[in-house]
Amino acid sequence: MTPSKRVTDAGPGWAERLAQDHARAIRTTLGTVARRPFGTLLTAFVIGITLALPAGLHTLLANLGGGIGGLPQTLRASLFLKDTVSPERGLALAREIARRPDVSGTAYISREQALAEFRRYSGLAEALDLLKDNPLPASIVVDADARAPRARIEALFKQLAALPEVEEARYDEQWLTRLQAIVSLIQRLVLLTAAALAVTVLVVIGNTVRLDIENRREEIRVLKLIGAGAGYIRRPFLYSGLWYGLAGAFLACLLVEGSWLALRAPAQRLAALYEGGLALHGLSFEVAMAVFGTGAALGWLGAFWSVTRDLQRIEPG
Amino acid sequence: MSAADAMIVFEHVHHRYGEGPEVLSDTSFALARGEMAFITGASGAGKSTLLNLIALLARPSRGRIRVDGRELAEIRGRRIAAYRRGIGMIFQNPSLLADRTVFDNVALPLLIRGLSGADIGRRVRAALDAVGLLHKEKAYPATLSGGEQQRVGIARAVVAKPPLLLADEPTGNLDPDMAREVMRLFLRFNQVGVSVLVATHALGLIRDLPCRVLRLSGGVLSEQAPDPAPERTFDTV
Repeated sequence: MTPSKRVTDAGPGWAERLAQDHARAIRTTLGTVARRPFGTLLTAFVIGITLALPAGLHTLLANLGGGIGGLPQTLRASLFLKDTVSPERGLALAREIARRPDVSGTAYISREQALAEFRRYSGLAEALDLLKDNPLPASIVVDADARAPRARIEALFKQLAALPEVEEARYDEQWLTRLQAIVSLIQRLVLLTAAALAVTVLVVIGNTVRLDIENRREEIRVLKLIGAGAGYIRRPFLYSGLWYGLAGAFLACLLVEGSWLALRAPAQRLAALYEGGLALHGLSFEVAMAVFGTGAALGWLGAFWSVTRDLQRIEPG
Repeated sequence: MSAADAMIVFEHVHHRYGEGPEVLSDTSFALARGEMAFITGASGAGKSTLLNLIALLARPSRGRIRVDGRELAEIRGRRIAAYRRGIGMIFQNPSLLADRTVFDNVALPLLIRGLSGADIGRRVRAALDAVGLLHKEKAYPATLSGGEQQRVGIARAVVAKPPLLLADEPTGNLDPDMAREVMRLFLRFNQVGVSVLVATHALGLIRDLPCRVLRLSGGVLSEQAPDPAPERTFDTV
């Protein structure tokens, strides 16, 4: 209608209007959240616990997978060379193998090095002195990339075992395979748990926003009556959902970090029982960002779901 | 009256709620741009229904309605909100938001239009000044009398300068003096070119006004002869 156009035309452009509307919605919703700290904290706490569970499990897995024993970065094979293979040929063969795909590294261990190591670690130094000759063969230690498909690694090791210079090949990857299978299973469980908990967060936020909508039913009715568009009415509820999600994510990070601080000492004592070089860690920056992103997205989605469904039910007149 | 001159046109409009009797029966009338008219009738005569049809709070069972040259049957979905922004609506219960001040209540139509804070302040104060409540801008609705609340509702309805004002029993809860004051406000808005349609059963209040009176009875609309009195309003307008 003409006069209403007159009012609109006198106002700012659409981008400025949108920015103003968003700024106003942010101010209003933050004010509402601040005025109801207990209710907000309660909702955020429920969301926080829900988000903390998958985040905590993920951190635990990251420590298990990347920490203890250096799993599952490499799979190792030892190629014992025939006595007829010269050290020069052994070194050359190690370099050739290192160039193969899926091989992350090789090390040539001469007969003398093998004897020295055996002497050092076996405690049988005196017995070894009784022997006339060095009974240990030279060997090549081959590290294969554990991220490569298992069948390819097995084929690689079989090819290496069949080399004419190789007397015998040993690779005991069964326990690694089992552990990787367990880790893989737990990863899948974490994903399933995360999906189920994401639905829980959606429901919690959706329900909280639904109660907000019920509390503001009269305001919505009046806004519709005076011509407020769906976007204008919906916006504050979407921001509320976003704040709930972000507050929940913040609490989730605090919970995971708090739990890590409480468990760090015994976890490190346990880690010390395995081979050295372990670097156990708490919530990583990437995971923390993922928790915040997930919280924000779930908050917004939960609010959108609720507000889209419930706003249609409230009509003026 | 040509189509261009008409703000509201009803053509053979019928309306019934569900399977009930017809509330409006073959209703036809037109309200010119800049005209002020009253719809009278007993309670349940269909006055509110007629206003609801104009405000798109209900749809007619049959017939055509045009407002400001637009076919209401074609206004659906998101366009309803934009359409309603062109109408100022006043009800017997002013529906003020209890947790917002008088200023904030009146500012609502401007906020949804995205006006800047300075513009909103200027227009809200002008509207409150027009209804004589500028000094109450920081008050909350619960602290106001019924008449004051109704005037806040009127300020909210006119603050965005709509071309059409609809009022449904706006004096129903007011004492006679306050009711006259409210009618006086409508006349003042009409004098500046706003089309005004008021549903009321307070015949005593409108008797002296030189406005058309449409009478609804049993769902049938009839026109009463205008009062020949030359005075424009309640002598002080």
